[in-house]
Amino acid sequence: MSRDGGAAVLVDGLVVRFGEVEAVRGVSFAVEAGESFGLLGPNGAGKTTTIRVLTTLLRPTAGRAQVAGHDVVREGLGVRRILGYIPQAISIDGALTARENLEFYARVTDVPRRERAERIEHAVTVMGLGDFLGRLGRQLSGGMLRRLEIATALLNRPEILFLDEPTVGLDPTARRLVWEHLQELRAEAGTTFLVTTHQMEEAERQCERIAIMDRGHLVAQGTPGELCADYGVQTLDDVFTAATGRTIEEGGSFRDARRSRRISRRLG
Amino acid sequence: MLDAAVASRAASVDRLRNGVAAMAWAELCKLRHDNLDIFTRSVQPLLWLFVFGTALRRNRALAGGFHDYRAYLAPGIMAQAALFIAIFFGLAVIWERDVGQLQRLLATPIPRLAIVLGKAAGAGIRAIAQALVLLAVLALTGISVRWSVGGVVGALVLLVLGTGGFACLSMILASLVRTRERFMGIGQMVMMPLFFASSALYPLSIMPTWLRVVAHGNPLTYEVHGMRQLLLGISSGGALWVDFVFVGAFLALAAGIAARTYPRAIL
Repeated sequence: MSRDGGAAVLVDGLVVRFGEVEAVRGVSFAVEAGESFGLLGPNGAGKTTTIRVLTTLLRPTAGRAQVAGHDVVREGLGVRRILGYIPQAISIDGALTARENLEFYARVTDVPRRERAERIEHAVTVMGLGDFLGRLGRQLSGGMLRRLEIATALLNRPEILFLDEPTVGLDPTARRLVWEHLQELRAEAGTTFLVTTHQMEEAERQCERIAIMDRGHLVAQGTPGELCADYGVQTLDDVFTAATGRTIEEGGSFRDARRSRRISRRLG
Repeated sequence: MLDAAVASRAASVDRLRNGVAAMAWAELCKLRHDNLDIFTRSVQPLLWLFVFGTALRRNRALAGGFHDYRAYLAPGIMAQAALFIAIFFGLAVIWERDVGQLQRLLATPIPRLAIVLGKAAGAGIRAIAQALVLLAVLALTGISVRWSVGGVVGALVLLVLGTGGFACLSMILASLVRTRERFMGIGQMVMMPLFFASSALYPLSIMPTWLRVVAHGNPLTYEVHGMRQLLLGISSGGALWVDFVFVGAFLALAAGIAARTYPRAIL
């Protein structure tokens, strides 16, 4: 929850431009504390750019955004202290062991020295990592890497966890395991999730509310049931088609496709 | 109000110190897992020393009047090997951007300056490890270094400052290019002029005027000059403190610029 009891995440008229290209075009939405909120859309829709603004990696061109009541531009440090962020590409250092990765992220996320061992132990238990703590990151399978990555993001007990395509490149079993662990975490700690994905089925199962983005615009938002009812269709794929006139596979650039393939390769 | 400002400043300093220490610790861990890297990287400087240096061993003009060119060359080769490590740290930045590590780091409370100084410290640690291998070889082969604890420690400190500065320069370059292939080209383009327009291989006195002017603005010249004073007891004129101040100022300036440009690498 934010400092003033408002939304955990508030985005209001957000615009992000890169030169002539407008990646995000006046997007507004709010995420309630403890909610699992999905940002859906094809590659190139502006989801990752929105997350990068919320995690203070990018400055918005116009509009405002708040995380737990902290303005992302004026109070960047305040935002970074209470968030957990898992980017689309695997961010584990392959040259360090799983334990060293955990120790490293504990040190750089302001975890007090006397609490580090206990928090690492807890994250290891929650994500089921006990058997491969001594292995180098590059020796881990895709599912293990994602779970380790989520464990490193839990160490500072984040109020809000930003997950950018958390299951891209994973096989169905690893995907299911990752979501099981994430939902256990939510049940235990009440952490707010903001998840981006282009897999509608996954969003339908894992997110309580959804916002659909396309070409920088937010074209629809609501619960999966509300969205299907509003458009008179059965699935979120159909909602996307009804709202945009296109299928979700049509989006994305060469760079997006290359990135996805690189991640899939790394995850084995 | 004042107390809050003091506490906030203390927290910032703590965060900076902890961040640099964490980055340096991670680099030490990596070195421990892959310590063979130091030995394989030592082959090239040893070739310079024992092939190039031996071929020109009796050339007193190249050695600035010193009796053994190999000894004269040793600090230059040590600095050059560290320069190679430092310049290609930028490649690691591009790799880290591609795999998402950079984005993760930039979304933590660790200050940007801590990330940059931590990387610089990491390059410095690798430079020290490599320099220790070279110093051991110098000791074993009886090359006439003036051995003293103060001299060796001082030379290593200067080496770390210089390597850190060049690592920051490399991070600045990495924030300007998109691909590793492009960075390789730019890295070579920057590294070779830095090496040849310095006193690493030969004294400034034998250079044409224009090259001497360029070399006087090159931090590598001061790094090598200071190391020669500390390890061999020879100087081509400038005081040792000038070498430390010049190299230290270079590190501070490059780190300051890199801390501003580094986050651009993710765009």
